Amino acid sequence: MSGMIKITYREAIKQAIREAMQKDDRVFLMGEDVGNYGGAFAVSKGLLKEFGPDRIMDVPLSESGFTGAGIGAALAGMRPIVEVMTVNFSLLAMDQIFNNAATLLHMSGGQLNVPIVIRMGCGIGRQLAAQHSHSWEPFFAHVPGLIVLSAGTHEDARGMLLSALQSPDPVIIFEYTAMLNLESEIPADSEAVGITKAKVRREGKDISLITYGAGVYKCLEAAVALAEVGIDAEVIDMRVLRPMDEETFLASVGKTHRALVVEEAWKSVSISSEVVSRIMEKAFFDLDAPVERLCGAEVPIPYPKHLEDASVPQVMDIVDKVKKMLRS
Amino acid sequence: MIKFQMPNLGADMEAGTLVEWRKQPGEFLNRGDIIADVETQKGLIEIEVFEEGTLETLLVKEGEKVPVGTVLALINDGKAEVKVSEIPSGETQKPEVHPIEDVEGKPGRKSDKGERIKISPLARKIAEANRVDISLLKGTGPEGSIVKEDVEKAISEGKKPIQETEKETDETKEILAKPALPAFDAIRMAVAAAMSKSNREIPHYYLEKRMDMSKAMDWVKEANKERPVQKRLLPVAFLIKAVAKALDEVPDLNATWENGLQRKNEINIGFVVSLRSGGIVVPAILQADSKTVDEIMETINDIIPRARAFKLRSSELSQSTFTITSIGEGGADKVFGLIYPPQVGIVGFGEISEQPFAEDGMLGIRPVVDVTLAADHRATDGLIGSRFLAALNKHLQNPEQL
Repeated sequence: MSGMIKITYREAIKQAIREAMQKDDRVFLMGEDVGNYGGAFAVSKGLLKEFGPDRIMDVPLSESGFTGAGIGAALAGMRPIVEVMTVNFSLLAMDQIFNNAATLLHMSGGQLNVPIVIRMGCGIGRQLAAQHSHSWEPFFAHVPGLIVLSAGTHEDARGMLLSALQSPDPVIIFEYTAMLNLESEIPADSEAVGITKAKVRREGKDISLITYGAGVYKCLEAAVALAEVGIDAEVIDMRVLRPMDEETFLASVGKTHRALVVEEAWKSVSISSEVVSRIMEKAFFDLDAPVERLCGAEVPIPYPKHLEDASVPQVMDIVDKVKKMLRS
Repeated sequence: MIKFQMPNLGADMEAGTLVEWRKQPGEFLNRGDIIADVETQKGLIEIEVFEEGTLETLLVKEGEKVPVGTVLALINDGKAEVKVSEIPSGETQKPEVHPIEDVEGKPGRKSDKGERIKISPLARKIAEANRVDISLLKGTGPEGSIVKEDVEKAISEGKKPIQETEKETDETKEILAKPALPAFDAIRMAVAAAMSKSNREIPHYYLEKRMDMSKAMDWVKEANKERPVQKRLLPVAFLIKAVAKALDEVPDLNATWENGLQRKNEINIGFVVSLRSGGIVVPAILQADSKTVDEIMETINDIIPRARAFKLRSSELSQSTFTITSIGEGGADKVFGLIYPPQVGIVGFGEISEQPFAEDGMLGIRPVVDVTLAADHRATDGLIGSRFLAALNKHLQNPEQL
């Protein structure tokens, strides 16, 4: 064992891309400013020099155009990694993703699979305002034919890409802009992580905090604070938003009998709506209290810092909510 | 003068508690009237009389537990008593009905009347499993709801909430005399006693035959097309009828073994009913051979809920002459029964399922049922048992003649 290393979330993503490109020469990265500029969020800085312009490819500002090109490359046998700067711009590529990538296997009677990986920055950045700050995981998780991953930890930021490139079908990976500078310790040896199951990030017996993406570290922090007041919270990182791994959170609810779902996306018609529905359908008689949710406020994400903070659940919101659920 | 005795309601019964007299001295009794309620291990049983006459004297007080055979009351069979027959029948009829309605009304629980109780699904599940009366619990959860902790607390404090409810009602005394549903333990012990006796005393022999159910199932399906939902037939009604007809042809199995084989005149088929809380009771479908399949279905629909609510009549518990146990849908393929003493046979129906079935050199997929017979070798030999199964099969292949 070579021990642990301390790296940023950004560095974890970069390591993943580099390793994937080293392992398989069919893999290449395409996206706006990924080459000369080093990526809008500096994720691919230095990779152009290392791999050359054929494999680190700057593209014009046309999400629909280059996502479509990536799908074409995948059909032709390549393993493209398409970087869409933020999920907000992916709306321009929706037709390519939903109507082509997600359906071609079906439309071709199983003849044409689309092994593309599309990475997107997601969620609140740092005062980037509404058009650059939204959380649209629920859109993508709605569509059959896609595998939708959410990298809520450093481990997944580095491990998910390698596994996603093994998938014969299109994979969307959400990365979280707000976490790019966050440091954490992970094993020095990279290893591919599974992309079918949720993970219990912390075990507990009093309540299940079910979350994903930017909610994972927040829930873990909240769990530490809750432990100080004697509440033993379990934290479930959903990781895979489609096809959703319900087994893990249903088992957790079966143990704790209470659940709080935490996400930054808007509450209505969201991932949390789906989680709550499945708990109702399949774990109703395990519940000792109504399932509750903490989600993004249903407004365009505001620009001012204090309002931006107020628009998504924070650690203290989670702590307060859990205390209320357990102490009322 | 007729001596009315504590009846024997099954091989496992040794004594019973006289809970309530339904008739008072001076009342005229018709055959079939319910004279008293007796509590046994199998629950509260309504005891019927089979003689006519005037109730003369009650010899056992309410609440007393006495062995089987104890004389409970004296009935004047009144042939000579002109006086009694002069009493206008209208007067004597009325009191018959009211007590019965009362009994059903009394156990009403507080929770039925009041507001809807807020309780978490988990807490409700635990409360039901432990028979805790949730109307008595105070909730400490969200919005005052009852949560798991509240129920567990009640259980650990060993409350008997169901009885406490009864204390609060007005008719305290009468209800206290009325036992709640019998404890699971009592049912379990009753089953244990009867089955131990069976296994100890009866040398069983077993036969088994696979029977083609396609004609019978078709017949049931066709028959149901013409029936409203409430009157639809289940295959089991048909099976009971077929068993009754087969017993008519092989009367040695419709009998008891008490100092030798005693054939019975009536064919009363005991039907094993599983209780949701565990244990079984075996109510009888009286004179099943002379009932139509529809009548049998009606009887089943009536008797099963009553069996589960422990509201059977004495005749239904004591007069069966043969027993059927049926596994039903989704269960085991075969069931090998233990005879209910002093009967001499029990037939077991497994699940009706589709199986490869060969006939006339052809193989087909058909609904079939594996039928077993356990019979008392003191009373009959395998040939008789085999004849019975053959007769049963014949009836199943000729459904329209049932």
